[in-house]
Order: sequence, then C-alpha cells, then structure tokens
Amino acid sequence: MGQITLKQVTKSFGNVEVIPSLDLEIGDGEFTVFVGPSGCGKSTLLRLIAGLEDISSGQILIDGQDATSVPPAKRGLAMVFQSYALYPHMSVRKNIAFPLRMAKLHKAEQDRRVEQAAAVLNLTDYLDRRPGQLSGGQRQRVAIGRAIVREPSAFLFDEPLSNLDAALRVGMRLEISELHERLKTTMIYVTHDQVEAMTMADKIVVLRAGNIEQVGSPLELYKNPRNQFVAGFIGSPKMNFIQGEEAAKYGAHTIGIRPEHIAVSETDGTWSGIVSVSEHLGSDTFFHIHDTGLADTITVRAGGEIGFRHGDRIHMTPREDVIHKFNENGLRFT
Amino acid sequence: MATQQSRSAARIMMAPAVFLLLGWMLIPLCMTLFFSFKKYLPLRGDSMANGLEWVGFANYVRFVSSSSFWPSIQTTLIIVGGVLVITIVLGIALAILLDQPMWGQGVVRILVIAPFFVMPTVSALVWKNMFMDPVNGILAHLWKFFGAEPIQWLSQASLPSLVMIVSWQWLPFATLILLTAIQSLDSEQLEAAEMDGAPVHKRFFFIVLPHLARAITIVTLIQTIFLLAIFAEIFVTTGGAFGTKTLSYLIFQRVLESQNVGLGSAGGVYAIILANIVAIFLMRIVGKNLDA
Amino acid sequence: MARAVTTNRKMINTAVAWLIGLLIFFPILWTILTSFKTEAQAIADPPIFLFFDWTLENYSVVQERSDYMRFLWNSIFLAGGSTILGLIIAVPAAWSMAFVPSKRTKDILLWMLSTKMLPAVGVLYPIYLLFIQLGLLDSRIGLTIVLMLINLPIIVWMLYTYFKEIPGEILEAARMDGAGLKEELLYILTPMAIPGIASTMLLNFILAWNEAFWTLNLTAVNAAPLTAFIASYSSPEGLFFAKLSAASTMAIAPILILGWFSQKQLVRGLTFGAVK
Repeated sequence: MGQITLKQVTKSFGNVEVIPSLDLEIGDGEFTVFVGPSGCGKSTLLRLIAGLEDISSGQILIDGQDATSVPPAKRGLAMVFQSYALYPHMSVRKNIAFPLRMAKLHKAEQDRRVEQAAAVLNLTDYLDRRPGQLSGGQRQRVAIGRAIVREPSAFLFDEPLSNLDAALRVGMRLEISELHERLKTTMIYVTHDQVEAMTMADKIVVLRAGNIEQVGSPLELYKNPRNQFVAGFIGSPKMNFIQGEEAAKYGAHTIGIRPEHIAVSETDGTWSGIVSVSEHLGSDTFFHIHDTGLADTITVRAGGEIGFRHGDRIHMTPREDVIHKFNENGLRFT
Repeated sequence: MATQQSRSAARIMMAPAVFLLLGWMLIPLCMTLFFSFKKYLPLRGDSMANGLEWVGFANYVRFVSSSSFWPSIQTTLIIVGGVLVITIVLGIALAILLDQPMWGQGVVRILVIAPFFVMPTVSALVWKNMFMDPVNGILAHLWKFFGAEPIQWLSQASLPSLVMIVSWQWLPFATLILLTAIQSLDSEQLEAAEMDGAPVHKRFFFIVLPHLARAITIVTLIQTIFLLAIFAEIFVTTGGAFGTKTLSYLIFQRVLESQNVGLGSAGGVYAIILANIVAIFLMRIVGKNLDA
Repeated sequence: MARAVTTNRKMINTAVAWLIGLLIFFPILWTILTSFKTEAQAIADPPIFLFFDWTLENYSVVQERSDYMRFLWNSIFLAGGSTILGLIIAVPAAWSMAFVPSKRTKDILLWMLSTKMLPAVGVLYPIYLLFIQLGLLDSRIGLTIVLMLINLPIIVWMLYTYFKEIPGEILEAARMDGAGLKEELLYILTPMAIPGIASTMLLNFILAWNEAFWTLNLTAVNAAPLTAFIASYSSPEGLFFAKLSAASTMAIAPILILGWFSQKQLVRGLTFGAVK
C-alpha cells in the first residue's frame, strides 16, 4: 500500500512562506511527478512527505494514518537523492544492506535481498566496490537498490537524473519506468525537466511558487492546460503565445498554439515571417521565425525534409481546432 | 534544514562546550577586573578573606605611568612588527620558491616546516646557547672565521636576537599558509596575463600579490595574537632583561614575581583590550568566510 | 595545467630550495648532531660537523639526572588527556553546529574563537588563585583541563569545518533508511568523520605538547611536562651543550615525527578554516 494524502499542508521558513495551503491526493501505485521551475517548492514538498522537514501546519496521511509527526525512518518511505547520497565508506553491498541492517533483519535475509536487488539493477559485479569507484549511472543504481530492498510503501525521487549526462539520462528514465511497471509501488518523482515528467508520469503535478497549478495525466495537461503557465511549461518546444489583434479575433486576451500545430508553406498561409534560425534534427526541423507581426518569435515544428533557410520568407497556417484561448488572468477558456 | 527534534538535540549537545568556555572566559575575566580596582599585595598580608581595599583607577594610572610601561609597549611593537615583516616577506618568497617544480619538493617542505613543531622552550634555549653564545656559539665561530669580533647577542643585540628566534619559529607557519594560498591560484590566470604581455614582476604585483592579500591578512592577524602573548622565549633567554620586557612579560612580572596582583590585573585588562582590537579584525574575516 | 619546465630551471630551483630548506632546518639538525657528541667536542673550535666520536652518553646522563621519563609521561598525559577530553566535548558541539545550524551558530562559533584570543597573562592570577583554592596547582588533572579549555575553540572549529564537508543529504539518506540519532552517529557520521577527527587530534596533541605558558606557570615538580624540563636548563652550568642537545632532542623528536604527518591540517586548524 502507498496512498499519500496532504491536507492543507503549509510550510514557512521563518517569514517566507514556501508552500501556501496545499491539498493533494496520491493514489496507491501511482507514478506521480512534481514538476515546475526551480524554486517552485517541489523539492520542499517531497521533503515534507519524507519527513525531513516539519510541516508548518496541516496534515500528512500515509495509507490513511496520520504521519505528520512520525520521524522519517518510521514512515516506510524510501528516497533517492539528487546527489545519490551513498555512504562513501561502505561497499556497494553494505550501502544497499544499510536500511535492512537498521531494520535488524537476519543476515541471511539481508544477503538474499541485496543479491536480488543487485541482480535486478545489474550491480552483481560491483557489490564489493566503493561508491567512489563507480560511474554516475552505477551510483544511481546503487541508490535505487538501497531504496528497493526496504520494500517501501512509496519511493521518493529528488531530481535523480540531473547529475547524469544526456544519453545516460534517457536510459535511466526507462529503467525507472520499468521498475515502476514491475513493482507497482507508489512513486513520487521531482524534476524540473518536463520531458521526464511527460514520459514517466501517470500523474503530473505542476507547481509554481508553492501552489499547485494543475494536476492531471500528461496528455490531459498537454491537451487541456488550465492556464497559460501550464500551457507554456508542458510541451517542447514551448507553445507560442500571441496577444493583441490576432488574439482579439478569437475573442481572447492571448491565444496559444503549439509549434507542432502550425503548417508551413512557401507560398501561402494565414501568417508569414522571415526564418531566423532553422534547427535540423533529421526527424524534425524547428524554425524560429521573426517579423511575423504576432510575437517576437514564432516557433514551428515541421518535417525533417523541409528546407527553409535563414532569411527565407515562410508562410504559416495554424490548426484552428487546437488553438488555446486565455483571458487577461491567463486562465484558459473554451 | 532540520526538524524540531534534531534542533533540541543539537542544543543539548552544544551545551557542555558553550558552558565550559563561558566559565573559562567569564570567571577569570571578572576576577581580573575585580582585582584591578583593588590594592592586593599577597606578600604584605592582603588577602581575599580580610577584604581588599578599593583603590578605584589607581592601578590603571600607576601601570601606565610606571617607567617600564612605555618601553614595554615599544618592545612589544618591535617584536610583533619585526617578526611579522620578516615572516611575511620571507614567507612569500619561500612559498613562491616551493611552488616551483623541483626534485624532492616534499622533503624540502618538511625541512622548512619543522621549526614550527619545536617547543618554544627548546628553540629559545638552543638558539641562546648553541648559536648565540658569545664564546662557543656557532654564530661566534662564524664571526671569528670572518675575522670579526663576536657579538654578545642576547645582551648587546637582545631585541634583534629575539626577533630572529621568534621569526625562525613562525616562518614555517607563514610559509605554509601562503603556499596553500599560492597553490589555489588558477594557473590559467597567470597564463592569460602572460598572453597579455605582462612580464614576471608585473604578474607578481598585479596577480599573485592581490591573490595572496587575504592569506597575508590572516597570517598577520593570527601571528599578532600569538606574538602579543609570547612568553617562554623571553622567560628562558633574557628573563625580561636587556630591554626585552614585552607588555605580557611585564604583567607576568607584576603578578607573579613582585606579587602586585592589583597592578598586574590592571595591566591584564589593558592587554585584553589590545588583543580584542586585533581579534575584531580577524573575526570579521573569518566570519565572512563562514557565510561563503 | 602545470607547464613543462626546462631541466636547467628545475635544477636551479632544486638547488636553491634545498639550500634554504637545510638552512632553516639547520638548528634542529645541529641540535640532534650535538646530542651525540662529547661535551668537549660540542664546543670544539672550529665546530665538528659529522666526524666526531658518536656517543649515547648524554642521553643516559640526562635521564639519570632529571628523570626524563617522568616529564615525558607528564607531557603525554597532558597532551593526550586534554586532546581526548576536548574531543569528547567538541564532537557533539561541532556536529550539531554543522548539521543543525541555527541563526546563532555563526555567532557562537565566532564567540568561541574570541575566547582563544584572550591573553593568558591577563587571567593568570585568577587561574593561579583558583588552582590554589581547588588544590589543583601542580596537578596533572588541573593542567589537563586548562590545556583542554585553551584548545577547545580550535578543536570545535576544526571539527566544524570537517563536518561541514560531509553532505547533509547523506545523513538524510541514513534517516530515511531508518537510522536513529545513535545509528547515524555510529555508522555514518563517525566513520566519515574519522579522517577529520584524526587530524584534529594530531594538531591539538602538538599544540598541547608545545604549550609553554600554563605548563610553566602552573606546575612545579609533579605535573611538569617537557617544556618545564627544558626550561630547567636555562641557567648554564659548566659544559652542557651536549646534554642540552640530548634533552632537547628527546623533547622534540616525538612531536617532529607527528608534526610531519599533520602539515596540511595545520593550515586549516590554525586559520580556523579561513585558508584550506
């Protein structure tokens, strides 16, 4: 079981309110991602759930039990830290066994569980090394191994991939997703990278300045962002926002259109502009277009073979059915 | 950063150290202050039990107006200033030298640092007898070798001799800290300056020296605090004679040798104030470093 | 990146550095050499550098005459005792300041530092008086406590800077893994802090060993350590250079050896972490 409920949780550091009153329900077995720009309070929220910080007011329930004043060790949660936080003076084996040793499990049972976790994470050959002798990806696996062996009711991940290089990050992302499929344990994952959020989450919680902006599945957020902030944060490249006359045509203060929802042509279209930079990725091409009279830059995503160059005039046609309309307060309406 | 539980545990764990130091500082300090306003000559029958006569600021006035006061201030300044200049100038030179590529760098480093680990009484005695003895000392042999009349080091040139002994003890400290600072200088900065056409001496004055400024300040402050309190070196070499009586040594004599506790305590208060002036500057630097 | 230098340059560096290094080390070397000479050879003119009749006689004379072993034992007791006592008090304090910092932590640290700067001579008589009252004069226990107190700020500071380098996330990880305060200290903090604690011990042992104000003023016979043992040679008596050298060598040899291991920590400890 691993159901976590936050009721009117607030957190202040001195006079600074980091999290104003917040309610959240995380279902058993769910992979929930907290995402938001740096300083949005997502890590603090995770640390409150972990018990590493005291909440200023409100209640945290784990499986229906009030855990507000339960120390971290007794909450039955496991955490993977950004820096991995491996014990540098212990071998990999001892690192992974540490929580079991703290739980005073039998030596034989400890060994069995460590071997099992090591097999799952491809660490069997490294069990007798020290963390200092491992690569970044291997350290990450050890940290995960240390979390798995406890069989916690939920895993907490605090930006676990941010110290890895790009290629490794993609690999680990898959491994963590697979792990979740196999264990079916609740996972709460903090990241500032919306790609990680979109690819891994069952449920995304978008945070800004300690407030929940929106909660929903990745596609829900992509299709129906509640406001301009979520619309801009989810999706890559970012949604284009257009204000003024063009928006007024739709009866909105601001309209938003995703780069992938704009068709381009050499000859005709609703809008036009001059290509400033074109980025060829092979599979796709991103055009950054200036002098459109709509916004500073309009970004368009087109097929890989389309070959506009710097300085070319380009014509664009947005897909009318996926134009998002926002009012003066940034809220989306239909 | 932490939970309520760990915070109260922290307070309890800090308590012994805080209270011990508080006691160590406050009790003697208050007693010194108390004595400094009293006539207290234990050898003439004054004692705490019989009650001590309140004399106001008389001790303070007498301490400053005594004929030994100004010479002791002068001596203190010469020793502190002399040692500081010698150790810092030579320390920078040595640090730069030791930073150069060479064979046996580790061994040379050890040789240079060694004097710091010699206890003050030993270094003072070794210098006094085996080097500065006017008949059998090495320096006397050296002078004679060059046909010069050996110097009566500790009586004719007592202050320079003391400065020399103390500098020898503290040069390793200055060198070590300056060397650590030099090694933290980004060599790309020097290479950039070289590319910009700066010759060696300009690289030293515009890049190396400013980089060392902080370390030099720290060496100055820490050494000043230790040098103000210098004791054993004077105790075993001249015993305060031949104009080597520093402020600290004067107070020591007033309190323990002539057993004038009131007068000595007034001197002690002066010394404490003097040390605190230096300490404030040091604490500022260290405090800034804590924030970083 | 260090640049390659010509061999010539390197040879000059080496020669100059060794010359200066040996010059600075010379008084120590000379003391050690002289301790193996006879008294007559010790004052020979011109001085004999290496080719004398090596003898151990001085060492046995010194031991017989002034009971070197008792002073040595006192030095070990005082330096060791004050270091261990200091650690017992400082480790918890430094731990809590490094890992549970509060707004006042910085002020407390600086205040502790300021107690170290109190000139000893300013509080000499009160301590002297208290020692007489408490019957601690010339006792090892009393002096151990004083040496502990004068070095306590340095111990706390050094430990604090070492503990600060242990990432807080590791301790949080231990907490998440079910470690209580006791386990945290025992399995995580202590093993990780041992190198720092060891260097703190070493430096404070050296400082206490060489302390020469309180050890000279608060002892007479019973508690007198090597600093006092040497000071008793301050009035010359006939031919005594060789014996003085032997006594000096015995007083500094243990600490010279320890000191060479602690060069790096020396900087950190004596600058209160301001230079690393």
